[in-house]
Amino acid sequence: MSDSHELEHSIEAHTDELLPDPGLPEHHWRPTDVDPRAERRAERQVATFFGLSVLCTVLFVVFYVTLRTGINGQKIIGLGASNVALGLTLGGAFLFIGIGVIQWARKLMADVELVEERHPASSSAEDRSATLAALQAGLEESGIARRPLIRNTLIGSVGLLIAPAVVMLRDLGPLPGDKLKHTVWTKNMRVVRDVVGTPIRPSDLEIGDLVNAEPEIIFGTSDGQPLPEGQVLEGADLQVAKAKAATVLLRMDPADIVSDVTRNWSIDGIVAYSKICTHVGCPISLNERTTHHLLCPCHQSTFDLADSGKVIFGPAGRHLPQLPIGVDSEGYIVALSDYPEPVGPSFWERDTKSPSEIADEWSKENGQ
Amino acid sequence: MVRLLNRSVGRLSRHRRGPLAGLVLLLLGLALSGGLYAVFSPSSSAETAQDQAAMAAKGRQLFLVSCAFCHGQNAEGLTSKDGKLIGPSLVGVGAASVDFQVGTGRMPMVQPGAQVQKKKNIFSQTEIDELAAYVASLAPGPAIPSEKDYSTAGMTDAEKQEAIVRGGQIFLTNCTACHNFTGEGGAMPRGGYAPKLLDTDPKYIYEAMLTGPQSMDTFSNGNITPEEKKDVIAYIESMKKQPGYGGFGLGGLGPVSEGLFAWVGGLGVMVAFAVWIAAHTTRTKKKKGTAQ
Repeated sequence: MSDSHELEHSIEAHTDELLPDPGLPEHHWRPTDVDPRAERRAERQVATFFGLSVLCTVLFVVFYVTLRTGINGQKIIGLGASNVALGLTLGGAFLFIGIGVIQWARKLMADVELVEERHPASSSAEDRSATLAALQAGLEESGIARRPLIRNTLIGSVGLLIAPAVVMLRDLGPLPGDKLKHTVWTKNMRVVRDVVGTPIRPSDLEIGDLVNAEPEIIFGTSDGQPLPEGQVLEGADLQVAKAKAATVLLRMDPADIVSDVTRNWSIDGIVAYSKICTHVGCPISLNERTTHHLLCPCHQSTFDLADSGKVIFGPAGRHLPQLPIGVDSEGYIVALSDYPEPVGPSFWERDTKSPSEIADEWSKENGQ
Repeated sequence: MVRLLNRSVGRLSRHRRGPLAGLVLLLLGLALSGGLYAVFSPSSSAETAQDQAAMAAKGRQLFLVSCAFCHGQNAEGLTSKDGKLIGPSLVGVGAASVDFQVGTGRMPMVQPGAQVQKKKNIFSQTEIDELAAYVASLAPGPAIPSEKDYSTAGMTDAEKQEAIVRGGQIFLTNCTACHNFTGEGGAMPRGGYAPKLLDTDPKYIYEAMLTGPQSMDTFSNGNITPEEKKDVIAYIESMKKQPGYGGFGLGGLGPVSEGLFAWVGGLGVMVAFAVWIAAHTTRTKKKKGTAQ
């Protein structure tokens, strides 16, 4: 506090009188309130906006009927003419109503200033005692304290209403069991190209080739022969199997491979990995040939395919599962087993193991 | 005879300043030079081994001038003393690779960087073919595709439709991860990007699949068959002809450009409108009943 400030304060103390209430400032009217011509002009403006809205709506119906959609539809500057016309006219119809209403309110509706005082938030003392008395009277009249039989059965009946909820929620089950840990890959199932379903020989692929692959069962065949009726996957089962078993096959220079596990499970530099990101399960095949880095387009998790799918960037918490592959008697690439670990994002019961631990367990199970 | 000639030359001469004279002269010149070129230029098919060898020899001269500085005198590739790659070996990359890299102007490269940029190509197709012949003579590799490999010109409408449907599925499975399902391209790690496919010549799309330029994976003929490659190109060509049913694509890049537009354009207009409504309060000093 400076001295001058204290001085000022002491001077004010001597002239301490209430200032007179200045009241509300004088109300200035709008031109439309004082000039009848301006009022009529504003009236016409508002009506014009509503009229434009009518015009737009009529045009919408006309364009809806006349303009063609689809591959042979008309175009405006490279856009589908029908979409553009319908969007503009319907948008205009709503916009002009909106502009008209705002113009109406600003220029013509009552122009008065209102003061509304706040009232206290709590109820008055009479109201409160009257409410309490009414409650008390209700309790006495219902006789709930005097008739415990009714009280207890009421509590029981309301409590039992939990049962329907339990029964209905139970239908969300059963628990997935080991479904999360397995895919449709089995020992000696051929690795085939996605979409076309043709099997792959190692000699088909050059260094740098990337194949988006699926297990052969997806295409309803086994070793090139059609599967019997009952074993063909269909409908939702097919989609689930396909989504979980999707695989990328990549051929790299064998000298580039870093980890022993990756080398053991490869053929001449051809490696197979799950296509499902271990973060939240996006399909990933965004590979850089020069670095063997597989990138997930959703959150940029990056996996090193030369080094057991190790996470080298991004939010993924686990390495990408590798599929052990070999060659069958006809020379086509096959899986040596299902994925040795669960594919896709983490779940509650999933444990974390290093690639070498998984490879050791796999060797014991498969006797190799 | 001389008089007759004189008369007809005179008649022609009268039209020499006519409005069509320039056009006629231009067409005449073009036809003449084209005809002479066809007569005197060597056959471009170069089917014989001698022709190939001659082309490769010419290509080597071009190579020594334009490419050897990074790729080495014999295209063996160069690395610096500390092991950094200056230019990769071109042995076995094939003619298709040369045609793609030089034809799209990516090579010769201006400067090293995250990605080699596309630029104006300064070589004629003959020079590119000679360079390609030289590189192809080093070791076998993918050849330059001919037009019938990638063109859908000879197909009936039904065949074309089938090719587009098949190609669409192959495209959506193999290409969209990097190039976007609209073919608009997308970002890659460390400053790289997958280029837009919609303005790329079908020949170069075919060659890119065959050779895997820069960071792109290879889709060799053992991976995606030549017919499937043709299907993919038919699908990309069909995408070029599609009008934008969803309005302006804003580059087809997803939330970045669309979000920017919604925030700046969409909300901006609304805020400006609200400010205008609130600020634009016309009041008059006149009292009621005093006007007129």
